[in-house]
Amino acid sequence: MSDTTNVAGLEKKDYAGLKSTLCIGCGHDQITREIIAAAFESGVDPYNVVKTSGIGCSSKTPAYFIGNGYGINSVHGRMPSIATGANMANKNLITIGVSGDGDTASIGMGQFCHAMRRNTNMVYIVENNGVYGLTKGQFSATSDKGAKKKGGELNDYADIDLCALALELGCGFIARSFSGDMKQMTTLIRAAMNHDGFALIDCISPCVTFNNLKDSTKGFDWLRENNVQLHEVGFVPEYEAEKVEQRAGETVTVPMPHGGFITLTALDDEKHDPTDPAAARRVLERSRLDEGHVFTGLVYYDRESQALDRTLNLADEPLCGMNEDQLRMSEADFGTLVDSFC
Amino acid sequence: MRPTAGAKSLRASRLRLPRVPINDFTINVATVNGSGSASSNTIVAKTIFRMGVPITPKNLFPSNIAGLPTWFLMRVSEKGYQCRSGRHDVTVAMNAATAVDDIADLAPGGVLFIDESIPAAKSIERTDIAVHLVPFAKIAKEYAPDVRLRKLLANMVYVGVLTEMLGFDHDTVMSVVAEQFSGKEKVVKLNQDVVNAGIAHAREHCDASSVEFKIEARNLTQGKMFIEGNTAAAIGCLMGGCTFCGWYPITPSSSLCEDFISLAKKHRIDAGTGKQNFAAVQAEDELASLGLVLGAGWAGARSMTATAGPGISLMAEFAGFGYYAEIPGVVFDVQRVGPSTGMPTRTQQGDLSLCVNLSHGDTGHIVLIPAGPEELYEISAQAFDIAEKYQTPVFVLTDLDMGMNNWMSDRFEYPKGGFDRGKVLTAEQLKKVEDYGRYKDEDGDGIPYRTLPGTHHPKAPYFTRGSGHDEYAGYTEKSPAYIKVIDRIARKIAGSVVDLPKPVIGGDESAEIGIIHYGSTMYAVEEARDILAENGVKTRDMRVRSVPLHDEVVEFVNSCNVVYVAEQNRDGQLADLIRLKTPGSAGKIKKALYYAGMPMAAAPVVDAIMADVKEPAHV
Ligand SMILES: Cc1ncc(C[n+]2csc(CCOP(=O)(O)OP(=O)(O)O)c2C)c(N)n1
Ligand code: SF4
Ligand SMILES: [Mg+2]
Repeated sequence: MSDTTNVAGLEKKDYAGLKSTLCIGCGHDQITREIIAAAFESGVDPYNVVKTSGIGCSSKTPAYFIGNGYGINSVHGRMPSIATGANMANKNLITIGVSGDGDTASIGMGQFCHAMRRNTNMVYIVENNGVYGLTKGQFSATSDKGAKKKGGELNDYADIDLCALALELGCGFIARSFSGDMKQMTTLIRAAMNHDGFALIDCISPCVTFNNLKDSTKGFDWLRENNVQLHEVGFVPEYEAEKVEQRAGETVTVPMPHGGFITLTALDDEKHDPTDPAAARRVLERSRLDEGHVFTGLVYYDRESQALDRTLNLADEPLCGMNEDQLRMSEADFGTLVDSFC
Repeated sequence: MRPTAGAKSLRASRLRLPRVPINDFTINVATVNGSGSASSNTIVAKTIFRMGVPITPKNLFPSNIAGLPTWFLMRVSEKGYQCRSGRHDVTVAMNAATAVDDIADLAPGGVLFIDESIPAAKSIERTDIAVHLVPFAKIAKEYAPDVRLRKLLANMVYVGVLTEMLGFDHDTVMSVVAEQFSGKEKVVKLNQDVVNAGIAHAREHCDASSVEFKIEARNLTQGKMFIEGNTAAAIGCLMGGCTFCGWYPITPSSSLCEDFISLAKKHRIDAGTGKQNFAAVQAEDELASLGLVLGAGWAGARSMTATAGPGISLMAEFAGFGYYAEIPGVVFDVQRVGPSTGMPTRTQQGDLSLCVNLSHGDTGHIVLIPAGPEELYEISAQAFDIAEKYQTPVFVLTDLDMGMNNWMSDRFEYPKGGFDRGKVLTAEQLKKVEDYGRYKDEDGDGIPYRTLPGTHHPKAPYFTRGSGHDEYAGYTEKSPAYIKVIDRIARKIAGSVVDLPKPVIGGDESAEIGIIHYGSTMYAVEEARDILAENGVKTRDMRVRSVPLHDEVVEFVNSCNVVYVAEQNRDGQLADLIRLKTPGSAGKIKKALYYAGMPMAAAPVVDAIMADVKEPAHV
């Protein structure tokens, strides 16, 4: 590993994708860069990456990162089923799903909930801008009640808090972040890729074209000013485990079941313990009541999480590679089966 | 809805084959659902089957868990007819709520066994039937003080009565009872005792000479299977190498997935690790089911789902995605009566046009239409080869009558040859490919080459999308690039015909009247053709087994003076497809339809043709 290559001997450019076609300054492009950085830093094998998405500006982004991964841009709101199916066929692949707040919190709400309930092994990033970008700026289900659109129109309905919903549904990895926080997002994505199960990152990602008014809680200005980190999150992969020792003092290390650690360094007196569901609930409640701030970081982490492929006790070899010798019973067993109907 | 003998709402044909009382009649058992009649019904059916006499049972059940009327029709036919006969010769009336109708529906010369406590039993006016009042409940009571158990046992009393009156072999009945409750010694003994009590009662109180219908042992079922269509399809999936099932419960398809899963739990466990060589996920709805199937198919697993019409409607968006992004998957549609929720426990063939053109834009899916368990088994397995070879969702059309009833079938054969996994490029093969494009037509057959996620070669990764794409899978809004791909897909699907099951042609080659049919309608046509022949009307027939249609269909139409398309839907969906394919002959294509929801009988086909024979059709 040199300065410019990672543990897999690859350079950052090996994780690049096509040139983005999103509006200049769009938060989604920041997340694209963060995904690239995370995959590079963790030395992910690009050919083993599956990139899934629904429909929306956000859902276009899998074309813009890890070009040597396999992308599948499905239909609006239904990416979780595609991701789950692909994961069943080949459980060795790393699945990174990208969705929007419209794609997830409205049309895709059902699939989103059920993927969490089943615990599909995937990273699920909601690029949350509070609007439907691609259809030109309608309010989404994550817009705040009373939020104002460019033309002055107000949103009449309360927002859905995707992290609170995830906690309710037993999701084992729940994070909230801001696209503008490169360091936090990159770390969270790395930890999420190392998680066994569904890892949600609800990342506020401003739409500069339709929802970036000065006082919008999904706009850059407001977020830069009012984003409060719950802690400084760090991720230490298995191959760097010795680094954990060096962290002293206020840092808490949380080992992950497949190796590697999450490290958490408190930034103020309110030390958030993400392994405690009650604490997670409190943080989300605080976030909801405190309209002046948004709290970002790792909200909840369940070390016991077990992904769907383990629940189903899937064979070690991926199903996609199995041939007739493995999949057909013997002629004698077949005869017995047929006899049972005679 | 009740099983009116001869479906009064339609022109019921009075043309029948001559009736023979030995091994040629229909038994109707009228009960209440949830009363446990399934065991006794199965025992009677299996006993007759084991006596070597062909029998086809049809379970007419309500969309309800308990308390509504249910009928179990068992057609005994030495000639092997398996469609609904349309007449009831022997009726066992156990349900007070339907007794009046059940009595009215008995054919002249029929025999009635009715529970003596049913009010209608006291005022039977018909003199053309033999009536036997039987204290079913009372006899059962002696064996079970418990009310629930008594209800179950009352059904076993009827097994005894029929054994005596219709001449079942005693040893066979006893062994089938033992098999039905195998593993539970006490239950076996109790049920056998009650059957014997029924026999004793009948011997003492019922006049056997009043019953001309008898079962005589034959050896016509030896080596044959007796199996539900859904189970046959599930075995096909298993042997066809399906490793993924994503599904959502709906009548009449649920048992297809449930059977697949239970078979896989037995036959797909890795011997070394005890782990599963398959995955099954019960989805949140059918759109998700198809998403799961396509996700798995895209990543290289053979995958399937099964549903009925309402589920197919929900799947529409993903069906178009699978078609355009060229992803394999197998979708079973076990049809029931539509539109909307329709009659969920009644049968129809109303989804053909829906499946052919599912989703918006130009589509045109491959649809396979097996008939009979043997074909359900074989074609279900073959569907995975076709889906992977043509990289597209494949629909397998069956129906409630096929899927949920037991049918007599030849033994299934162990598959010959391996899987056809289609054009999949490995990293090794890619080294030799100069210019790889996921959607390029390298071979001129419209079938592109695909790579699977995880393939380690810089040329392998591509981006799959339902939005406009060029031959290299790149996003496009350019007209020529779009046209190139969409036209190639049309060619690919049209070309698939060479691998699809061919139509099966039968009957009298010199006949000028042709009948085209598909799926379970086959059984009705089989008997209808014999009835017509008896009445001097020669016919030939063609059973279509797939869409896109083969050229043989055109040739068949051309070679007949008039063609009746027999199917179970209101609008004649196959007839319309055939008319589109044979525009010049559209005028000679007529419709012989039945869509009232009962398993189809011969009558609608006979009637449609005889009406024209009497007043010759101008063709
Ligand atoms: C079935 C269906 N309905 C509607 C649309 C139109 N549509 C495309 S993107 C979109 C909203 C996307 O919003 P979001 O998921 O928040 O993504 P963003 O563009 O904001 O990143 C809608 C409604 C569609 N593509 N498919
Ligand atoms: S419309 Fe908004 S969300 Fe879409 S690309 Fe532009 S800035 Fe981004
Ligand atoms: Mg949005």
